[in-house]
Amino acid sequence: MTHSYALLALVLIPLVGSLIVFALPRGQAAAAKQVSLVFSLAALVYAIVLAARFKTGGPRFQYGTSWTWIRDFGVHIALGVDGIALVLLLMSAVLVPAVMLASWNALDSRAGAEEAVEAPRRRSAKTFFALLLLLEFFMLGVFTATDVFLFYVFFEAMLVPMYFIIGSFGGPRRQYAAMKFFLYSLVGGLLMLASVIGLYVTTGSRTFAITQLIGHVPGGATQKWLFLGFFIAFAIKAPLVPFHTWLPDAGAEAPAGGAALLVGVLDKVGTFGFIRYCLPLFPQASRYFAPLVLILSVIGILYAAFLAIGQRDMKRLVAYTSVAHFGFIGLGIFAFTTQGGTGAVLYMVNHGLSTGALFLLLGLLIARGKSRNVNDYGGTAKVTPVLAGLFLMAGLSSLALPGMSTFVSEFLVLVGAFTRHKALAIIATTGIILAAIYVLYLYQRAFQGTVRERVTKFRDLNPREVLAVAPLIALILFFGIYPKPLLNIINPAVKATLSDVHQQDPIPPLNATVAGGSK
Amino acid sequence: MITAHGIQSYAWLLVAIPAASALILLTLGRAADKWGHLLGALVPVGLFVYAVFLFFSVKGQSNRKVDLHMFSWIPVARFRVDAGLLLDPLALVFVLLITGVGSLIHIYAVGYMAHDPGRRRFFGYFNLFVAAMLLLVLADNYLAVYVGWEGVGLASYLLIGYYYTRPSAATAGNKAFFANRVGDVGLSIAIMLMFAYFGTTSFAGVFGHFGHGGNATTGVATAIALMLLLGACGKSGQFPLQTWLPDAMEGPTPVSALIHAATMVTAGVYLIARSAPVFDATSAARTVVTIVGAITLLYGCINGAGQDDLKRVLANSTVSQIGYMFLAVGLGPGVYAIGIVHLLGHGFFKAALFLSAGSVMHAMNDRIDMRRFGGLWRVMPITFFVFVCGYLAIIGFPFATGFWTKDKIIEAAFDKGGTSGYLLGIIALVGAGLTAFYMTRALVMTFLGKRRWEPDVHPHECGPVMWLPMAVLAVLSLVGGWLLIFGGGVQEWLTPSVGPSVEAGVHTVSKPVLTAITLVVVALGIAGAWVAFGTRTIPEEQPQNVTVVTRASRRNLYADAFNEAVLMRPGQWFSRALVFFDNRGVDGVVNGLSASFGGGSSRFRRLQSGFVRSYALSMLGGTVAVIAVLLAVRFQ
Repeated sequence: MTHSYALLALVLIPLVGSLIVFALPRGQAAAAKQVSLVFSLAALVYAIVLAARFKTGGPRFQYGTSWTWIRDFGVHIALGVDGIALVLLLMSAVLVPAVMLASWNALDSRAGAEEAVEAPRRRSAKTFFALLLLLEFFMLGVFTATDVFLFYVFFEAMLVPMYFIIGSFGGPRRQYAAMKFFLYSLVGGLLMLASVIGLYVTTGSRTFAITQLIGHVPGGATQKWLFLGFFIAFAIKAPLVPFHTWLPDAGAEAPAGGAALLVGVLDKVGTFGFIRYCLPLFPQASRYFAPLVLILSVIGILYAAFLAIGQRDMKRLVAYTSVAHFGFIGLGIFAFTTQGGTGAVLYMVNHGLSTGALFLLLGLLIARGKSRNVNDYGGTAKVTPVLAGLFLMAGLSSLALPGMSTFVSEFLVLVGAFTRHKALAIIATTGIILAAIYVLYLYQRAFQGTVRERVTKFRDLNPREVLAVAPLIALILFFGIYPKPLLNIINPAVKATLSDVHQQDPIPPLNATVAGGSK
Repeated sequence: MITAHGIQSYAWLLVAIPAASALILLTLGRAADKWGHLLGALVPVGLFVYAVFLFFSVKGQSNRKVDLHMFSWIPVARFRVDAGLLLDPLALVFVLLITGVGSLIHIYAVGYMAHDPGRRRFFGYFNLFVAAMLLLVLADNYLAVYVGWEGVGLASYLLIGYYYTRPSAATAGNKAFFANRVGDVGLSIAIMLMFAYFGTTSFAGVFGHFGHGGNATTGVATAIALMLLLGACGKSGQFPLQTWLPDAMEGPTPVSALIHAATMVTAGVYLIARSAPVFDATSAARTVVTIVGAITLLYGCINGAGQDDLKRVLANSTVSQIGYMFLAVGLGPGVYAIGIVHLLGHGFFKAALFLSAGSVMHAMNDRIDMRRFGGLWRVMPITFFVFVCGYLAIIGFPFATGFWTKDKIIEAAFDKGGTSGYLLGIIALVGAGLTAFYMTRALVMTFLGKRRWEPDVHPHECGPVMWLPMAVLAVLSLVGGWLLIFGGGVQEWLTPSVGPSVEAGVHTVSKPVLTAITLVVVALGIAGAWVAFGTRTIPEEQPQNVTVVTRASRRNLYADAFNEAVLMRPGQWFSRALVFFDNRGVDGVVNGLSASFGGGSSRFRRLQSGFVRSYALSMLGGTVAVIAVLLAVRFQ
């Protein structure tokens, strides 16, 4: 395998940054923030360069590299990206600086009193920013790993910084939420570990390299058990109903920036795992369990949407909307069509941007109002039109408004699912009504109506806060009109994955006779 | 189909310019307050001028279907959707209507919104509306139509909820969006069906499967057509998704004019006429369209008769007039064009009516209760004149617009033949009478009779920025219908898009007789309203001892109450029950399991406060055991 240091360098940028920030002396909050931002921007720029040089018609995995790590077990530090990993990598790299900008003063009671959320007692902004960079290191690692064991290590390691972000910087019930998050993830992770070892044992190929494992996993019951180990871990992470109950607590109690990364990126590792590990490694079991997963996904779309409508806690509400969105992603992946799969991957990217923006904006609103209860607000748009406008845009992207990139992905998922499972796709489509209700009902209660006394003193967003969120919205709009660059990257990887599962798109029954019909 | 050339290749600017203008107005903020409204009003005027040139450019060629390909939008394997425009006769009449009537409404709004601090924001939304509507009618495939479709929905949501600090306005905006979304489900499924069966969503591709040499089965055609109809009902405020439209009056009056006359509600009619090849293939779906149209046209008439709010009367008249258009396009081959002609005529007179209603409202300190109007003709002569022109047009007074356009629909309904033809014809005829009744009532209560003004109002005529556009629309209301049908006019022009207009060889009821009957029915409606309202004093308070019909009419035939009782409240209960279930049920089971696992809930609580390691260790132990078993099984 040809060696490329590109991905290694990319992954190490945030790690080095994190170590430097940790090493800074106490009380250097300003320097810590600036250093963190510089490193996260450097990672972003480098990720963009790698994406621009990615050959869309080239080999499936690019920028590949591999060093032996544990010789006796054939474990390698092997990195490489396909189109699926690449776009998620990009999305993560975009989100981290946005989170940093939005959380700039969130933990600093001196720098901006009205922005400080109630949480921080002894914890410093320095630790928070260092944790963000450490988290970015693990996130980039988890997407670039091409060795199953290495993936597992990153998968589990991600928990640690997030556990501290929630448990130390979160809201009033942060310890309960952090513990719940940790336990759920741990259970899933350990099941996966069992499967990872099982994979090594049963294939007998003495390697963890995914490219060498594809097609070599024995079929039958063994494959089903191994599949389930991975699947449950990913289903908890994603989360798929009924494994979802940790997310509303964690999403609500985490600081806004943490919630944005938790829901925006960490949860994507679950759906990424479906498409990168479950499908290619266990094609037979994937097909066997697909009906179950599809039904759970559709239930999740409607069930979580109804739950979101019934919430008063704004962060819980957005967390539930994410559960509904993950239903769409699951539907797209397990429909086994190019449209569904491509739509699902694009959905992951869009959802990171869209829900990331929603959480960051909620954080800015909650920092002003000191309450997560939507009924404590009202008429806020009159006082903070910029915050309201951006929030509405983020909300509209969440309900997949045509013209935004979220629509492209949602429609691809639905149309891809429809060609194989009409009834399920139709039921899922009714979810778009519920999505409109939970988004606009939230917006109405928080921003419209009679101006409440307590909101009149709110300060509108300053340029830094706008700069944190506006690029996310701009990306959503741009890729809504011109999604082709992303689709071109994602598409070949999805096709390769589907051929791993031995699935082909259904042919339109009436297409054949009309020539040139599919213009 | 030929490729766009010359002036035609700039047609994408029709969408891009208003979109860019909206973006500028909405993102620049207060910096654009001084000139924002001017930019906003200039945009549609400029587009109209361009549209006229575009119209003649297409008219000058023998093949009047021009394709403008822009870029590949969503290419995923077999699913390939392009961003492309189709400049054909149907699209172009809509472009002229949207930019033409739209320009007049924009200019009017400069005056109407002069004292509103949010005028720039208003014009931003207005331009967004125009951009979305133009995309809707210009797109050459269903998915791009969907983008314009939803953009129109968004703009209407923003404009209806323009006074968002009023809870009723915010709620009305949401209601509009939700009803539209129900329709969107239909449109989405229709597009999915197209892709699943034909592998394409472009007009050319889909229509290739219908008509001569097409292989689409009636079942597929019916399914697609009914789903498209659901979408159309949502957007056009047709039964059973009609209740959002009267509530849309919460927005400033120019919004009502734009939504009702030039954009938005006509989109449903457009969609059906555009999909003519699909509807041609399925008589079942066409029957459903006519039924929807017939029900809605009566519903709108009955509701319109009981309202005391002038704008709500007009809103219900829109519901009813769009019902006529649905009826027409539902009658199918040969009648699509008549529906479109009525749509254009309606654009003229409904804009005239709404803008004069806005002028009245402006003069009466934003009050809109007709019981507190009366005798306004003397102080607002221009407004009165414009309203009368719109009035004559809508009731179908001889030689005014409605006379030409609506009567043709009544005629076509009878010509359908059979019992259903008679039934639809009679409903359309009754509708004409009721329209005359409620419009006369509105005219009398607003402009004639004694003054019932509240003491603090001092009505006056509006300024020229407002009355000039009104005057143009008034003239169009009078002569527009004749211009539209003169020498076959628009019907012939539309042939390449919706097929030739066919007049039945033998009329069920001969033309002069039907015209006479219609006029008599209209006269009866006028007379009825005159006896009931013109000859008596109008009470300033709503009388309570009224008939069941009036009572039902005031409450929108209980459609809102129905929605609330059947959809909203159960939905809320269901949502609350699920929240309870999720917290106590799903989560409770998981918490309970882990608690019993750890030896009681107190233990779990201790774990929560920091005993991670012991828990993790026990878990790890379990996993190690699992792995050991797995290895043992393997190596036996």
